[in-house]
Formats: sequence, structure tokens, C-alpha cells
Amino acid sequence: MNVGKNTLVAIDNAGLCISNKWLVRGVTMSVSTGEIVTLVGPNGSGKSTTAKIALGVMVPSEGDLYRRENARVSYVPQKLPINWTMPLRVDRFISLTRVVDKKEIKRVLSLTETEHLYDAEVRTLSGGEFQRILLARAIAHSPQLLVLDEPVQGVDFNGEIALYKLIEKIRSEINCGIILVSHDLHVVMSSTDRVICLNGHVCCSGTPAKVATDPAFRTLFGDRAADELAFYKHQHQREHPSDQLLKNGINDGYGASSQINKKITRHIKGKQNV
Amino acid sequence: MFDDFFTRAVVGGVGLALFAGPLGCFIVWRRLAYFGDTLAHSALLGVAMALLLDMNITLTVFIISVVVSMLLILLQRKSVLTSDALLGLLAHGTLAIGLVFLAFMTWVRVDLMGFLFGDILAITVEDIAVIWFGGITVVIILSVIWKSLLASTVSYEIAVAEGLKPDLANLVFMVLMAGIIAIAMKIVGVLLITALLIIPAATSRKFSVSPEIMAVIASIFGAASVWLGLEGSLKWDTPAGPSIVVAALAFFIISLLPLPKFKRQENEKHNPSSASEVSNQ
Repeated sequence: MNVGKNTLVAIDNAGLCISNKWLVRGVTMSVSTGEIVTLVGPNGSGKSTTAKIALGVMVPSEGDLYRRENARVSYVPQKLPINWTMPLRVDRFISLTRVVDKKEIKRVLSLTETEHLYDAEVRTLSGGEFQRILLARAIAHSPQLLVLDEPVQGVDFNGEIALYKLIEKIRSEINCGIILVSHDLHVVMSSTDRVICLNGHVCCSGTPAKVATDPAFRTLFGDRAADELAFYKHQHQREHPSDQLLKNGINDGYGASSQINKKITRHIKGKQNV
Repeated sequence: MFDDFFTRAVVGGVGLALFAGPLGCFIVWRRLAYFGDTLAHSALLGVAMALLLDMNITLTVFIISVVVSMLLILLQRKSVLTSDALLGLLAHGTLAIGLVFLAFMTWVRVDLMGFLFGDILAITVEDIAVIWFGGITVVIILSVIWKSLLASTVSYEIAVAEGLKPDLANLVFMVLMAGIIAIAMKIVGVLLITALLIIPAATSRKFSVSPEIMAVIASIFGAASVWLGLEGSLKWDTPAGPSIVVAALAFFIISLLPLPKFKRQENEKHNPSSASEVSNQ
């Protein structure tokens, strides 16, 4: 297993078997400081399980796991049934596992555009609002590793883009490692450093550009998804005028996403300068 | 000060209720009402064992409750049955074994009613010492595991992922439950322990904005129920344990009544239009 100075989590050939069924097997991945690793794959492909193995919530039945000791970890789980009998307001919820002061709570709530929910009862929140609060809680106190399992489910379209933007911003600001489980290929891929495509095992992995051209990815997700990825790849390179046309055509409906792409392109350029 | 049996009952009972409040809240939050009941039922097996082996009753009840909790955890991991079925199995299994044991021991005459419904008026100074010493220990331990326990009540996975120790906290919580049940048996009896844990917590829900406040208010309601129940029991010559539970229930019913709401008036001020719309219809 390749564990460097900046490695936060490394999984080597890990698998999890429950009741004689392999939920996931042969997974190798690692996340370092300042890196976004995205897990994609169809339902039941082991994305959440892999994330939980990386977190130490589930213990792998085989393979090796390295986790940096005493790293500050934050987790947005895929599902969180809220207990109706416990009085729990947003400010208290954000302080659930680590004490967060009032100023910091207000800061993270404003980042997720939910300042007005400061003293709302958690059980009265809508699905999208709750998802924002979960993200706000996770980014409080600058985590070193952030694991986000479908963090924008139920969030409206504009909000979705804004939240992905926020995740991207947090990564560059506090330089944390992020494991992102997502279905939204079109938005996520552009900000991802590495994609791991799962289907019970790792079927392909690498940069979004590399994965997009991988036949295994095309088989699993179909041509449309692969083209979407490929489209982003081209956009970054900005070589062909025809791509520009394509972009304009598509951006009629996705005005906001082009802004992100510009931003991300800038970010990538910035990195190259360093 | 403790010469009077009634004073002893109040001091012991109020102490128990104060310490039971926060545990009762966790029972409500974690849907463990039936777990409390199971431990309480198994307490009778503890009584039988204590008489058989000539051991201290409170200690034996505590040990048996801990054993039953661990058994439950084990069965939950190994078995295909759901928790409620397992709890029913353990509750009535241990109760039945306890009763059969007691029947075999023809040489002891047991006041079964005393164990089932408690005998708070027979409380001794030593009992009071056990309650307050044990209770304070319970609260200190609970405050140490509070963060982990609360976080894992909201989300076990978040608690593990973010570096807390929910498994240890859960284990300690089960032991604390066993402890409070062993202490409480003498006061309200096996059949009514869960009531003293749950009802004050349920009552306090409405008046609380945070888990911590709910725990404190549950303690206050519990203590008030004990005091009121004992006063009533003295006045009308009713059994003490059930009277305490009836008092707790009375508080709960009062809490259900619509309060004179200041908030509603505020809302009407903010939305005069909606109020007038309703009246027009």
C-alpha cells in the first residue's frame, strides 16, 4: 500500500462480505490532502460501503486499510432518519460531535445559505434544507477529511450547483481531502481529481478524462454519460471551436454550470502555475 | 431528620427520580421503552437468585440485569429475530424462570407484591444512601459518555466516523440502566419502573428546546411526581408506587392541554391577513 505523508485514507484490495454476499470487493483507493476523489457507480455497486470502509464505520472482511491517526473527519451520510422525540435545534445539531461556537455555526450556515434556520428544530426542516444543514455541520471546524455520501440529494437545481461550488471552494480553502459519492456525473466530474467507478469492484479509475474514454465506463453508464464526461474534458482544453458551439448550445439550460467550469478551469490553471 | 418513614420515602424517591430523568430521556429517544420493561421483568429473576444464594438483592438484580442486557446485544448480532421479539422472549423468559425458582424455594416466604409494586414506605437510611450514592455515580458516568451517547442516538455512523466511541457508550448506558433498575425496584416495583423512567421524559418533551434541557426537566417532573404521589398516598391511603405513577401521568396529561400560547398571538400579529381570512370563511 502506498502511504505518503499527505495520505489521509488508503484502502488496499479491500472487500466486505455480509451474510455470504460480497457488497464490494477488490477496492483500492487513496485520498490525500487537497484531493477530491469521486465514487460513481449504479445502485448497489458498493459506493456507500466503500465510503464507510474508508471512514472506519464498516470493517473490511479482507484487504488493508490505512487511516491517518487523529485526523479530523466529517461525514455526511446518505441517510439520516431524524428521531422525532429528541428536541434538537440546528445549532445544537451542528455541535453534535465537536463543540462549535456560535460564530462558527453562523459562518457555516451562511456558506450553505441557511442562516435563517439557526434555531429551527431539525425535524421541521425540508429534505433539501436538512441536506444543507448536514453539509454545514460537516464543514464546521475545518475537517481534514470530508466524506460526502450524495450530499445534495433533494436540493433544488440551483442549490445543487451552489453546494458543489461550495465543496470545491472548501477544498481549496482548507485543503482537505474529500471522498464524494455522487450520481450527478455532469456537475461533479469537473471538480474531481480522480474518479473511481464501482460495480461491486473497481471497474475503472483515474482522472475524469481517462475514465470517460474507458470502455468499462461506457458499458456501465451508457454513451450519454461518457459523452458528458468527454464534453467536460474537451471544455477544459478549449481546443476546438466546435466544442465552444456545443457548449453554448447546452448551456442554454445550464447557465450556472458554465460558471463553475470557468472557475474550475481557473483553479486547475492555478495549480499548474504552482 | 430521617426518623419519619415518610421523610425517608420522599428523600429516597425524589433522589431516584432526579437521577432517572436523563436515563428516561435516552429510553424515549432510542425507543428503548420495551428494553426497560425487559430489564425490570428480569429483576424478579434477580430477586429469586438473591434469595437462593443468600446475596444482597439490589446487587443481584443489578448483575442479572447486566447479564440480560449483554445477552440481548449478543442475540441481536447472532439472531434473525427482530429486537422486539427478542425482548419479549427475554422479558417473559426471565420473569417465568424467576417465578418458578421462587416456587421451588418453599422455605422462603416472599412478599411478591412488594417486589412487583415497590415498598417505598419501608425504605431505610441505608437504602437512601444507596440511592444517592448510586444515583450520583450514574449521573457522573452519564455526563462522561453524554456526547458519544447523544451523537450515536442521532446517528451511529456519524459518531463512529467522527472519532467518538458509541459502542462503548452504548455498553455503559446498558449497565447504567441495569443500575437504575436495581435501585428503583424497591421504590416503585418491577412493574412500574419503566413508567417512572418514561413518563417524566415524555412530559418534558413539550417544554424542551435541547436534549440537555429535556433531561433536566424530566428530572424535575419525576421528582415532583414522587413527592405528589407520596402525599396523595398518605392522604388517601393508596399504595405508594402506583400513586407516584398516577401523579406522573397527571403531569403528562396536563402537558397535553393547550397552554395559554404566547407564540400563537405573535403569529397572529405577523399574519393578520390569514387570521381574518379564516374568520371570513
